Amino acid sequence: MPCSLWRPCALLLSVLPGTAVAVPAAEPAIAPATVAVLAATCVSCHGPGGHSSTDIPSIAGQSESRLRARLLAFRNGTAPDATIMTRLMKGYDEAQIAALARWFAQERQ
Amino acid sequence: MTPPPSPLSRRALLTGLGALAMPALVRAQAGAAHVVVVGGGFGGATAARHLRLYNSALRITLIEPAARHYTCAFSSHYLAGLRHWESLGHGFETLRGMGISVVHAAAVDVDAAARTVTLSDGQRLAWDRLVLSPGVDMRWDRLAGYDAAASMHAPHAWKAGAQTRLLRAQLQAMPDGGTFAMVIPAAPYRCPPGPYERAALVAHYLRAHKPRSRILLLDAKNEFSKKPLFLQGWKALYGDMIDWRSLDDDGEVVRVDALRREVETSLGTLHRADVLNVIPPQKAGWIAERAGLTDASGWVPVHPENFAARRQAGIHVIGDASLAAPMPKSGASANSQGRLVAAAICAELQGQQAPQAWYTNTCYSLIGPEYGISVAGVYRAQNDTLIEVPDSGGISPLDAPAGFRAAEARYGAAWYQAISADTWGN
Repeated sequence: MPCSLWRPCALLLSVLPGTAVAVPAAEPAIAPATVAVLAATCVSCHGPGGHSSTDIPSIAGQSESRLRARLLAFRNGTAPDATIMTRLMKGYDEAQIAALARWFAQERQ
Repeated sequence: MTPPPSPLSRRALLTGLGALAMPALVRAQAGAAHVVVVGGGFGGATAARHLRLYNSALRITLIEPAARHYTCAFSSHYLAGLRHWESLGHGFETLRGMGISVVHAAAVDVDAAARTVTLSDGQRLAWDRLVLSPGVDMRWDRLAGYDAAASMHAPHAWKAGAQTRLLRAQLQAMPDGGTFAMVIPAAPYRCPPGPYERAALVAHYLRAHKPRSRILLLDAKNEFSKKPLFLQGWKALYGDMIDWRSLDDDGEVVRVDALRREVETSLGTLHRADVLNVIPPQKAGWIAERAGLTDASGWVPVHPENFAARRQAGIHVIGDASLAAPMPKSGASANSQGRLVAAAICAELQGQQAPQAWYTNTCYSLIGPEYGISVAGVYRAQNDTLIEVPDSGGISPLDAPAGFRAAEARYGAAWYQAISADTWGN
């Protein structure tokens, strides 16, 4: 239960050598504790751990590349079905979006 | 180096956040640390729940007088007959099941030097960190004629509970052709768009049940949250039923006669109503003032990177009671602040570097059952101030198609379910 949101195992992977968070080489990696804080901002709508059973999509366990592409489309204003997500994702940069996609991809579905 | 055998070792090892370098003294203190959270609303319950998610060994006590918390959020859906009362109520069973001690009492005193809080049942609890999420209190001395006794006749219904149910009963008893008047304060107050959503949903109720009635909004300001969207939505769904009088249009009320359901504006105009809803000026919940945390504004100045009170060490103040502009005083803001404070406290107690502060506010308002609008904001701390991340956030577009409004109405209902689960676990 204490791990439902924070998935310490996934965090461990992200800080072990060779499995660093996938951000462009030029970007400094975001500290795992900060990624956890960023990911926490999503759960007030997408549910604990990103698990949703409502009209708001579940984001837990989705493919990392699909999540990243979708979040970037929101941010760039190119998602035709967007309502609130464009306004929200404009508050996150590409490195943060990459970290969020990885975070929720590692959540069990 | 072998991981330390403290109760935190598993967590600290797994998170890999410098635990191995942590001094033994800090480790021991963290294992025994006690965090007391005052207030079981969106801020306090979220903080308590996320403290546990971050740290399975921490001692956590949540102080909340009520056995169930009823949310102001979505209470206007109840006023309109769109929701049952109990759908707004949230118990604390899930938090108890997570090993959080929930004490149904009021906090009556705080000793910041001795690090204790005294409860209405006589207990005195020692804390290592204190989180106050006391919400708002009404300023009974600011609007002539409007005090606690007057609110029994002209309810504020700005704290969900008996006041909300009284207002619902008055609306049900109101004759067709009557006037529902609402007195709206100047900013800041709890839930900036709340009065305007309430006006819309009362209009929805009256149009179906008492269609000859009218709604008079007497406002102490000229601008308000999501204003163009509300003006457009009111007109689209309710025609001229809602009459909004701004500050510049003699909307500011300076005197209330609750028994006669009559108000007087600053220019001396008298308005009589059949149902009178007075939302008075507000301030931080009393215990924040008692603890010596408020400034002359009546609210609590905080450090934006962790919502630590500026006036006392070891105490964090979140939610409506804090001075967090540009974040609005909303349940979603309190929920976001509660999560961040939990992360910051756990990092500090474990001798780890604080995470970067990042907050959001996502707020839906319903104008009709299939007509929702929203405002969103993303915030961070920078140079000891809280700022909105540039180019982010904003309100729903004007002139959006019906499908967009219907989607936001559905998303609003889904938001309530999700944020309730993140706050109370149910």
